[in-house]
Amino acid sequence: MTTLPEATTRKLGLVIDLDTCVGCHACVIACKGWNTENYGAPLSDQDPYGAAPSGTFLNRIHSYEVQPATGTAQLVHFPKSCLHCEDAPCVTVCPTGASYKRVEDGIVLVNESDCIGCGLCAWACPYGAREMDQAEGVMKKCTLCVDRIYNENLPEVDRVPACVRTCPAGARHFGDLGDPESDVSKLVATRGGMDLMPEQGTKPVNKYLPPRPRDRLDEVDVLAPLLAPVAAEPTGFLGWLDRALERL
Amino acid sequence: MHPAPSVIAFTTLSGAGFGLLFWLGLGLPAVTGWVAFVFFAIAFALAAGGLMASTFHLGHPERAWKAFSQWRSSWLSREGVCAVAALLSMGAYGAGLVFFGTRLAPLGWLGAALSLGTVFTTSMIYAQLRTVPRWQSPLTPALFITIALGGGALLAGQVTAAMALLALAGLVQLIWWRRGDRALAESATDIASATGLGRIGTVRSFAPPHTGTNYLLREMVHEVGRRHARRLRVIALALGYAVPVVLLALPFGHALAALAVVSHLAGIAASRWLFFAEAEHVVGLYYGKR
Repeated sequence: MTTLPEATTRKLGLVIDLDTCVGCHACVIACKGWNTENYGAPLSDQDPYGAAPSGTFLNRIHSYEVQPATGTAQLVHFPKSCLHCEDAPCVTVCPTGASYKRVEDGIVLVNESDCIGCGLCAWACPYGAREMDQAEGVMKKCTLCVDRIYNENLPEVDRVPACVRTCPAGARHFGDLGDPESDVSKLVATRGGMDLMPEQGTKPVNKYLPPRPRDRLDEVDVLAPLLAPVAAEPTGFLGWLDRALERL
Repeated sequence: MHPAPSVIAFTTLSGAGFGLLFWLGLGLPAVTGWVAFVFFAIAFALAAGGLMASTFHLGHPERAWKAFSQWRSSWLSREGVCAVAALLSMGAYGAGLVFFGTRLAPLGWLGAALSLGTVFTTSMIYAQLRTVPRWQSPLTPALFITIALGGGALLAGQVTAAMALLALAGLVQLIWWRRGDRALAESATDIASATGLGRIGTVRSFAPPHTGTNYLLREMVHEVGRRHARRLRVIALALGYAVPVVLLALPFGHALAALAVVSHLAGIAASRWLFFAEAEHVVGLYYGKR
């Protein structure tokens, strides 16, 4: 059934720190690697070594320039993947029941053997989180690495999504956003975590932590004007050399 | 949005086909025997042909039957159910007219309602999408239904009704364009809300995530098709609505009627091209495009 559950037991999701992300794209590669080799149809590439390469990715990193009213512009790297929305519009539009939201943890998944590849769920998603695989003809999306997080064959440290596990900057956090006492919920509360496109009414589970204010370049010590200027004219041997060269 | 030829063909042809079935279901014109056969053959060719065309853009057409299951939540599923129900009931009604010369009026009314319902469900697939502000309006079903009713009346030879409904459809089209041109700007969604960075300053896309293109850009950020938008609007308005009305006003002849039909379908196809090509999906904002 592609109706959404009234409520989910947990709300597993990601918290992405825009202050910390360095834009290295390691999470993109880790995601593509894990999700090509494991659950579901592989993420194909078309013409990967040719003139017009293109492929399926479940996680992509944008970069934005933000220009405040005063001061210098700021560069913000912006990872974007499925936000596992509470009111996921991609689920309810699905005509076959292939798209669904799990009651136990809130993960939005696609049953690939029921997907007809109509693409309507990708149209319904405002975030561009769903991509149709050109080789398989089925819709691909972030599974929150459902085949890692519950996988008892993996060491416990690896039971997080591949993007979180690989991030060298610690910009990605995974946990239960439905539990106010969880680390991720506390992080969201402390840092003022925000929703993307809240006006679309999707109620995303994933949260984004806004960049902290930058250090200001114009903050100079009040005593600075009283300091003696650094000697501009060289003295001694260097002074003689300077004058000698000037005369030449 | 990407103006896929299969979807443009589907919505144009099946819209006209289900429009014709609506009028046939009401008994306008009240035909039997061979004449009924020709009318129903044209209607079914358009309606069912359009439905077939719409399966061409599926990744897995062999699983299309699964799309009948989610009618409780999905407009696309409702469209499939409605279309099959309309074709079955109108098939039985048509068989009565063609082979037995009897008109089962209640079955015709049911088929007419289901035919119009199919056009409505098609339009709701687009009108429900908050991600495409140009489409998300009650004017979208109004546009699809007036076009189907007008085109159907034209095909059914209902001259007076066709003239009135096509003129009305042309008016709805103009209002739809006028509203649509402002829809994205008037929606609360922009690059500031998309990134949440608007409270810091003016946001500009600095670098996209990939050097090439991708599915999202091909499917939902189709800027190329908008190049001749103004010229295509004039063509759509003239061929789709004005020319058929003028031709119908002339003394009736089969050649003129055929010309009116061809002109109408060509104009509606142009209008449908723009319906997709001009539609801005909000995901384009992440790429600094629209």
